Amino acid sequence: MAESAGHATCSRTVSILGTRVMRVEDPKFLTTGGVYVDDLRDPRLDGAGHVTYVRSVMAHARVTVDVAAASGVPGVLAVVTAADFADLPPPPPPLGFIPPALARPWLANGVVRYVGEPIAAIVTESRYAGEDVAELVSVDYEPLTAVVDPRDAAGDATLLFADHGSNTALAFEAGSLDGLFDDCEVVVTQQITNQRVAPVPLEVRGTACVWEGSGDDARLTFWASTQSPHGARDQIAAALELPPERVHFIAPDVGGGFGAKFGVSIEDLVLAVLSRRLGRPMRWTETRTENMLGMGHGRAQLQTVTIGGTRDGRITAYSLDVLQDSGAYPHFGAVLPFMTQLMATGTYDIARVAVRTKSVVTNTAPVVAYRGAGRPEATAAIERAVDLFAAEIGLDPAEVRRRNLFAKDAFRLTTQVGAAYDSGDYAGALDAVLAAAKYDELRAEQRRRRDSGDPMLLGIGVSNYVEITAGPEAGTEFARINVKPDGSVIVYTGTSPHGQGHATSFAMLAADELGVPLDRITVLHGDTDLVARGGGTGGSRSLQLGGAAVHQGALETVDRARELAGDLFEAAAGDIVLDKARGGFHVAGSPDDVRGWAEVATSADADAGLIVDTDFSATGATFPFGAHVAVVEVDAETGYVRLVSMTTVDDAGPVINPVVVEGQRHGGIAQGVAQALFEEVRYDEDGNPQSTNLTDYAFPSAAELPDFTLVDMATPSPLNPLGVKGIGEAGTIGATPAVQNAVVDAVAHLGVRHIEMPTTPERVWRAIQEASK
Amino acid sequence: MNVTLTVNGVSHTVDVEDRTLLVHLLRDHLGLTATNIGCDTTSCGACTVLLDGESVKSCTVLAASVDGQSVTTLEGLADGERWHRVQEGFRAKHGLQCGFCTPGMVMAAVSLLAENPSPTAAQVREGLEGNLCRCTGYHNIVAAVLEAAEGSVAR
Ligand code: FES
Ligand code: FES
Repeated sequence: MAESAGHATCSRTVSILGTRVMRVEDPKFLTTGGVYVDDLRDPRLDGAGHVTYVRSVMAHARVTVDVAAASGVPGVLAVVTAADFADLPPPPPPLGFIPPALARPWLANGVVRYVGEPIAAIVTESRYAGEDVAELVSVDYEPLTAVVDPRDAAGDATLLFADHGSNTALAFEAGSLDGLFDDCEVVVTQQITNQRVAPVPLEVRGTACVWEGSGDDARLTFWASTQSPHGARDQIAAALELPPERVHFIAPDVGGGFGAKFGVSIEDLVLAVLSRRLGRPMRWTETRTENMLGMGHGRAQLQTVTIGGTRDGRITAYSLDVLQDSGAYPHFGAVLPFMTQLMATGTYDIARVAVRTKSVVTNTAPVVAYRGAGRPEATAAIERAVDLFAAEIGLDPAEVRRRNLFAKDAFRLTTQVGAAYDSGDYAGALDAVLAAAKYDELRAEQRRRRDSGDPMLLGIGVSNYVEITAGPEAGTEFARINVKPDGSVIVYTGTSPHGQGHATSFAMLAADELGVPLDRITVLHGDTDLVARGGGTGGSRSLQLGGAAVHQGALETVDRARELAGDLFEAAAGDIVLDKARGGFHVAGSPDDVRGWAEVATSADADAGLIVDTDFSATGATFPFGAHVAVVEVDAETGYVRLVSMTTVDDAGPVINPVVVEGQRHGGIAQGVAQALFEEVRYDEDGNPQSTNLTDYAFPSAAELPDFTLVDMATPSPLNPLGVKGIGEAGTIGATPAVQNAVVDAVAHLGVRHIEMPTTPERVWRAIQEASK
Repeated sequence: MNVTLTVNGVSHTVDVEDRTLLVHLLRDHLGLTATNIGCDTTSCGACTVLLDGESVKSCTVLAASVDGQSVTTLEGLADGERWHRVQEGFRAKHGLQCGFCTPGMVMAAVSLLAENPSPTAAQVREGLEGNLCRCTGYHNIVAAVLEAAEGSVAR
């Protein structure tokens, strides 16, 4: 690899890395606004048909559909049902190991399995006619037993997919349950609901597509709001049984994804077929209600934790049982328990661990990836368990944590459940966050309020977390560096940002190695014709893989440029030095004669300039970690909880751009807090969703949240040259258990041991009443 | 029906269906796509614009009802090349990530500062209650508005 050569032969300048560079993306967003799918005014989309879906209003039923009345309406171009897709097999499931018998059909095929499942698609000339016509599609429902509770699903009394023979989609396990707790002085067990929540990106799903050319040359251009353009392209190609090169996928600006926009969904895929059949471009933008019903939800685990150890605070055994609600058609949700299992022991050195998981299908919306995807659930379980253990033995929860953390000198290490942690300083994170939050003073204030009978109780919650990013397999990512003949640079990346600021951070990485100023560097992404390959943005993979690829590509570009400059100077490449401050090359010892990037790039190719393609491959996933302290006030009389403060250490290694990283932490913390305090997607026992829009769903506004206090810490990873780990999901993972622990802590002296999330006033009030009985 | 209104200083007469909402008039008839739609229950504020100087959620305003009135969207906020101080504040404090809430959030902040030129952080949080953001956790949005407010004091 070129790394050492590149470093050794450059004159030093002050690095831009780690400095507060304001985002290059922002001027557009702040003046004309982003261009999201629904904003596209590409002339190829003129005359597009507008698609509206008719969705199931029942959770589980046999359906017969009559579209005759709708089809005849003027302005209706087509009304299609499952019958119109009989010639195409169902699109392959989003993950290879989901049993094919559980694949979802293009449109509901005789049976509906959740409220919101698409039954028919209507194509209209006018954008707003679809909703009127939808009412003319007559759907006859013959109700079947709705399986809503995953415990019922696991019993298999009613099967959602008779051909599969069971409601269990997948199961994972690790460790032995035999004698697990035999030598423990103390054993505590608790059932915990990690409730279903909605990702709610502020931009809903949207799609536009057009076919150009004819016959075997016909090519599809497809725009959708996604996190993973290349994956989406491959998904579309597979569903249409086409080679991938016949699909040109473009992710325009994307208004948030949070895991739920990885790939494309069935509603997107249907457009490609309709467009081909009708010979017209197609557009679809869902409503928020459709988004809440149909994009998919996150979390949705029923857990049982059992934790055991000694009276003096040593944890020696832990078991976690997970029943994952996958929703009606297994998606990423069915696989979440694998990640939960891998991260089950968190930051703790526990001798014996056993995990059992099962993912079942239910008559609810599919469960998808949501910020953290499997890791927040693991962290919530063990962090609640540690607090329960601490309460049982009467020790301070921070102290119990300190006694059980993996030691700083233990890395690299492999946990009992097989996770290969790369680097960490868990006690350092805990000490730093406790000091910053003034933990001892908080405890004193808590005692003061309790002793004085103040009804406004103080709760202090602590969490330690470790998570896995760019995993579980070792990842790879592509970058191209193109130095143009005018000396400007275009960086192409296979990641696909949607708010994460790659255009700024990746330009900084390139600028740092090339000695080209930031304003001469453009980062391009999201277009499969421009970028050869890529894994998109998800699982907090982008900087450590995509950023590392840009860094590696820049170093290789410098090496190649030194060869080219050597030819210009008629000197050996080894004697050529890059002067980053001046943005040019000279022969060692003769700094006066400098050839700039423009000249060197032109010597490579007068039109295209210098182009270097590279793929960075990591040798393993990385494990960011941190510690959070949440402080809440709980009104003992009403159960009302107010979040007072969040203080967090989120260590993802060296920071390239603090502005961007702080933003990721803030957003993550807010979503973690929201799960603990506010948000829940609920279904009634018949499978009717109770939270179908933003009035029923408790998405917090600025008024419900405080400022966040961030503490810096940077422990490098040995697994990539930048030493970086992922930061996108960390805040979410740490915040939820810290806040939940804080709420329980506020009322612990009243005898309360556990309160389920979200810790609504009603739940808190009831817990207090129960405990005082 | 015909609606005549001034948008970002330019007068337009638009032929719309009776049920057309202001946000659709802006986006679909005038091509001003900065103003976004994030919900169907008047909850998110992504569609916030100024109507005769006051912030409204344009998804709940019938186009017909604004005949003769004046609308400002994000596209019309800057004075030529010179940004409004709220735009400057959002940039300086990284008050946006995906940018989807941003046009509405910025317009709501402009209206908030017009009513209360030097708000406290708590007043900013209360004042922006009707504008949701999923990306930023609001921390930097609050900082951005305070930055813009301080700017106004300094001037
Ligand atoms: S679009 Fe959500 S309030 Fe108008
Ligand atoms: S920046 Fe994405 S919703 Fe606010």
